[in-house]
Amino acid sequence: MNKHLLLGAEAIALGALDAGISGVYAYPGTPSTEITEYIQKNSDAQEQPVRSSWSANEKTAYEAALGMSYAGKRSLVCMKHVGLNVAADAFINSAITGVNGGLVVAVADDPSMHSSQNEQDSRVYGKFAMLPVLEPSSQQDLYTATREAFDLSESVKLPVLLRLTTRLAHSRAGVERTLARMQNSLHALYAPERFVLIPQNARRQYNVLLGMQKELEKRSEQSWLNRLITGTGSRGVIAFGIAFNYTMEVRQTFGLDFPVLQIGQYPLPRKQVENFFTSCDTILVAEEGYPVYEELLRGYFGNQNIKGRMDGSLPRAGELNADIIASGLGIEPKAVMPVPDIVVQRPPALCKGCGHRDLYDALTAVMSSFREHHVFSDIGCYTLGALEPFNAIHTCVDMGASITMAKGAADAGLRPAVAVIGDSTFTHSGMTGLLDAINDRSPLTVIIADNDTTAMTGGQQSSATGSKLLDICRGLGVEEKHLRTIVPLKSHLEENMTVLKEEISYDGVSVVIAQRECIETAARKKRTKVAST
Amino acid sequence: MHINIILAGVGGQGILSIAAVIGRAALQSNLTIRQTEVHGMSQRGGAVQSHLRISDREIYSDLIAEGTAQMILSVEPHEALRYLPFLAPESRIITSIDPFVNVENYPAIEDILAELNRTNRPVLVNAAELAREAGNARTSNMVMLGAAAPYIGIATEQLESAIGELFHAKGPDIVDINIRAFRKGQELSQTQATEP
Repeated sequence: MNKHLLLGAEAIALGALDAGISGVYAYPGTPSTEITEYIQKNSDAQEQPVRSSWSANEKTAYEAALGMSYAGKRSLVCMKHVGLNVAADAFINSAITGVNGGLVVAVADDPSMHSSQNEQDSRVYGKFAMLPVLEPSSQQDLYTATREAFDLSESVKLPVLLRLTTRLAHSRAGVERTLARMQNSLHALYAPERFVLIPQNARRQYNVLLGMQKELEKRSEQSWLNRLITGTGSRGVIAFGIAFNYTMEVRQTFGLDFPVLQIGQYPLPRKQVENFFTSCDTILVAEEGYPVYEELLRGYFGNQNIKGRMDGSLPRAGELNADIIASGLGIEPKAVMPVPDIVVQRPPALCKGCGHRDLYDALTAVMSSFREHHVFSDIGCYTLGALEPFNAIHTCVDMGASITMAKGAADAGLRPAVAVIGDSTFTHSGMTGLLDAINDRSPLTVIIADNDTTAMTGGQQSSATGSKLLDICRGLGVEEKHLRTIVPLKSHLEENMTVLKEEISYDGVSVVIAQRECIETAARKKRTKVAST
Repeated sequence: MHINIILAGVGGQGILSIAAVIGRAALQSNLTIRQTEVHGMSQRGGAVQSHLRISDREIYSDLIAEGTAQMILSVEPHEALRYLPFLAPESRIITSIDPFVNVENYPAIEDILAELNRTNRPVLVNAAELAREAGNARTSNMVMLGAAAPYIGIATEQLESAIGELFHAKGPDIVDINIRAFRKGQELSQTQATEP
């Protein structure tokens, strides 16, 4: 068997390893986590070695990857779509500096928001940064395209954005490997005129980037990721990324023969699109994500011959599938069995025995004694505290926003102002907000739910836990007597309530760290220990 | 050869191991495969599903279209019903009858069984009991894989060798128990198939 059964995410990882990367940089985020995890577990990568431990956040990850590229080596940086918001400053500006060693940024979008707070489309970022974007539609293509993305990056001296979505990231297929190549040798680039982005350099570099656009379009025209599937009839489909799979599925299932233009590399191959337009009367534009190119192709005043997400032929939101594409092509859905009425929802919930449960029991009891009982929270397993039976938290917006939103609310006069944030989210982007609060002496209580891991994404190493977290808080200026620790256990309920009540009543910055290991990672460690003895 | 299987269960019940075994066996049989998984937030005690597609020709979509699954294979009876719209006419549900109750409004098991019996010749399996007989209550998933085996279209030897590979790292005892569980499920399924 020379095929490997790989998730789309893993196909990227293997493609990058075989392309000769020297490092991968990432912060965990569904559905991108498995890219980095695959490299961390890969024995060849360990031998070489390929550097792969987790970064504090997506911005630090991106900048480190850029630094590795500056030094002449190839680097991969991975994140989920909202992570690119965090890394956006580095991402956009790296298009101005350009790269030395190949730099590929793999971003996994989450249409339908299976595990995310929005369904933003990273291709918009690619356009915004004016960088080449690749969007392969199968696991095999992901492998090959990732490998080639490093060549493209080194050839045009720009970062390359590799975009995928949840379904492809989390779907397995057989992938054939090609021969792995060596890593680049160290050859740091002395080019301050490119990398020092003071205005006179930035203006010149920006013009270089603008001048590259024709070349990038030419590459798209020649790319195997953009191709025409010939057919008959005057109606065609332009299928972007994974939408190609659903379109071809419909073609196969219903025995249809309409022409399909597959798009997997941007900027758009203008000539191919133009030719397709002249050969078809009506065109369905199928994009997984925002109608980014549908909007462009329609033009401001609209082109009635273009169908897609904007005219209701396809739903405006959510991921696509073959049924949706069929319906968009006017194929009547066949009758299917309904879900029986007795079937109930089974929403995700905090695990039985999880320390967050005991933290919320204590916190909710304490908060009920105040007239205002808003709790600002953040992104992690503890966000499930928003659901029944806890209803313990009242905000979750973006990584780190619990502390800063609580601070702003405190500035507005809200008392008490309480934030709940996890250890990994705190080091991701909570620390700077805490510094703001300390500098302003805001009356605010930050509860750090320290479960010793990044639990929601499957238990990855957290940047700071335990005593390191205490040291960070001290270093930021939290007063020693208002830096408390508790152990969230049922048997500690009374004393935990006392600590929380004291600190929430304090008219300044206080931090309570609730320390208890995630039961999932604890159980996993136990299993590995048993297996190894 | 072309089969679409909806795998269903609750987070932590081991449906991904079922998928991994079938996937390996399919690759060894030189078949094309696509298999989706659910990661992240929904895993925590939530409903999980996997779309598994195996074919001797090219497969385009990772997702199964409604009304086109030849099988719903579930390790939990209530979860089997959730995906009924995917089932093709004349196709069947193969499910464990052991309820996993982690929600207050979980329906009565009699009602669930009644709904299951309304479908086309379901294979209902006392998976937990057979798993215990095999030697480990946690092998219910392999019992269910065994129960599905006669309908998948991949040779038993390929499936058993894939079980061996998957559990290899855990030692020969664990491999044996899982193979036993697989055979118990297969036996029950074959007996049911010969009943009128």
